[in-house]
Amino acid sequence: MARPPMPDPLALLDIDSLLTEEEREIQRGLADFLDARARPGVADRFERGVFDRDLARELGAFGVLGMHLTGYGCAGLGPVAYGLACLELESVDSGLRSFVSVQGSLSMFSIWRYGSEEQKREWLPRLAAGEAVGCFALTEPDAGSDPAAMRTRAVRDGSDWVLTGTKTWITNGGIADVATVWARTEDGVRGFLVPTTARGFRAVDVPAKLSLRASVTSELVLEDVRLPDTARLPHAEGLGAPLSCLNEARFGIVFGAVGAARDCLRTTLDYASTREQFGRPIAGFQLTQAKLADMAVSLGGCALLAVHLGRLKERDRLRPEQVSAGKLNNVREAIGIARECRTVLGANGVTLDYSPLRHANNLESVLTYEGTAEVHTLTIGRALTGIAAFR
Amino acid sequence: METMNIVVLIKQVPDTWSERKLTDTDHTLDRDAADAVIDEINERAVEEALLLKEAHGGKVTVVSMGPDRATDAIRKALSMGADEAVHISDAALHGSDTIQTAKVLASAIRTIEGVDLVVAGNEATDGRAGAIPAMLAELLGLPQLTHARRVEVEGTEVRVERETEDGITHLAAELPAVVSVGEKINEPRYPSFKGIMAAKKKPVTTLGLGDLGIDPSEVGLAAAFTSVVESAPKPPRGAGERVEDQGDGGVRIVEYLAAQKLV
Repeated sequence: MARPPMPDPLALLDIDSLLTEEEREIQRGLADFLDARARPGVADRFERGVFDRDLARELGAFGVLGMHLTGYGCAGLGPVAYGLACLELESVDSGLRSFVSVQGSLSMFSIWRYGSEEQKREWLPRLAAGEAVGCFALTEPDAGSDPAAMRTRAVRDGSDWVLTGTKTWITNGGIADVATVWARTEDGVRGFLVPTTARGFRAVDVPAKLSLRASVTSELVLEDVRLPDTARLPHAEGLGAPLSCLNEARFGIVFGAVGAARDCLRTTLDYASTREQFGRPIAGFQLTQAKLADMAVSLGGCALLAVHLGRLKERDRLRPEQVSAGKLNNVREAIGIARECRTVLGANGVTLDYSPLRHANNLESVLTYEGTAEVHTLTIGRALTGIAAFR
Repeated sequence: METMNIVVLIKQVPDTWSERKLTDTDHTLDRDAADAVIDEINERAVEEALLLKEAHGGKVTVVSMGPDRATDAIRKALSMGADEAVHISDAALHGSDTIQTAKVLASAIRTIEGVDLVVAGNEATDGRAGAIPAMLAELLGLPQLTHARRVEVEGTEVRVERETEDGITHLAAELPAVVSVGEKINEPRYPSFKGIMAAKKKPVTTLGLGDLGIDPSEVGLAAAFTSVVESAPKPPRGAGERVEDQGDGGVRIVEYLAAQKLV
């Protein structure tokens, strides 16, 4: 008599045993909440291309937004607990995790790390509660992997600044209340907190995406947006500032990708155990078992890597090339698992009734944003050889 | 009333989703056979206590009797927002019946000063005796307002709506009192990240029978008024009767129900 399939493929390697009791409670607590409030209807939101604004407030009340920051209403989670939360969020949909990453690790982190006390008090509690939404504007139409090529300019005019330029691929752009905009000045790159109600500011949502459909992606246009100097992030000097924010968000993706892959594999294990062909469940065929086994081993490896990087971050020893290794490996493996799962699901796998192809499509964006797979590869190459191949 | 000092009774039970069974040796609950969780009705009791605390100020103390691992259920209640906990744990309590349990809980509640309200679920999903709240009220000499679907406190009075098949009964009593709540009382909150992290810093007092001045010979299976003599798993459900609908499906269903004396 066959046993039922393993409910959580991460149990193969007992990944739980690497976690503290508090980390497990944080993970389980969020998973329960998401099962009740976020998972139902996610395929429908993906299909309709809408983001659930009410869910953002509920996530705020739960403490998810800016969860790894301290003070100003933030929960102050450790790195591994923060990662596990990203894992659970992305097991629902990468779009949901993207919203949380941008809100917490890009918008809020940029204010928390580089802002003035007044800026923190003005924005962080509202962003933490989900009453306000933030976005982070670095990428431009002609400056993606090479942000140093940015054209957006901030020019002094008396005591004010005047910002002009175009930013694109901005998650949360169209629903944001405040944008952290990075612009070139006479003294190098500086960051500005731009209220989205500012005159000359406009957001245009990217209309027809095949990926991350349950989150908002926009182009931001700044036409002579006039800001006081108090809008400038006083502690951000140079391109290192926005890059440090991206490093925070990337760390979440290392875990998030594991969540997306876990959901694919869970769905597929369940399907393969009940779908019968030639008189027995397809999980009983060796070709299917080979796929399932390879995927579970790969998933376990990704989870081990994620927890390892989390423990390094706890001790402040996490280096950027290590985050690159985590993001490169885990997103690459996750998208591979998602596609392989689709093959086990057969024709059913191309519908929204099953999550793997939705996850695979989402992961196309995740593979590219916050540093493309290619740039992360070259970052690792530079760390290994001492030679920068991209500049 | 200035602020409220509320006690909530919670019980760790086998998850209703898992296979629940009794041990072969003494027919008590086989705690290793199933995942243990806080009983859902207790989450509602905790929620109601938290709502009262939020409205009136005060403190919520959870009281639980159970083995060591009941700390998980206690921590869940603390994560939701309860302030402190009393955990009664003693090997001699194994197999205690409802009267013994009520006596132990009453002793534990007496160690808490100035209790205004005791909130409990109306019955646990494992034993399903549904007797503890009433017994406890009797032992503490407090009014009992059971099976509440709504609870209000005004001044020193507690008012409760009790729903029965015959209608709604409105009950009122002076505090202190014992209230038991039903499934319709509220939707329990999810513990937030801050709640989960704060929980481990909240005080949990663990009491043994010695701390409560109870003689171990008065409790436990050997001294229980009731015990389970025998148990057998429910027989598997029969295959049922299959009826092809040939235009007379409705009539056939009614005939079947009539034969079962259901209509």
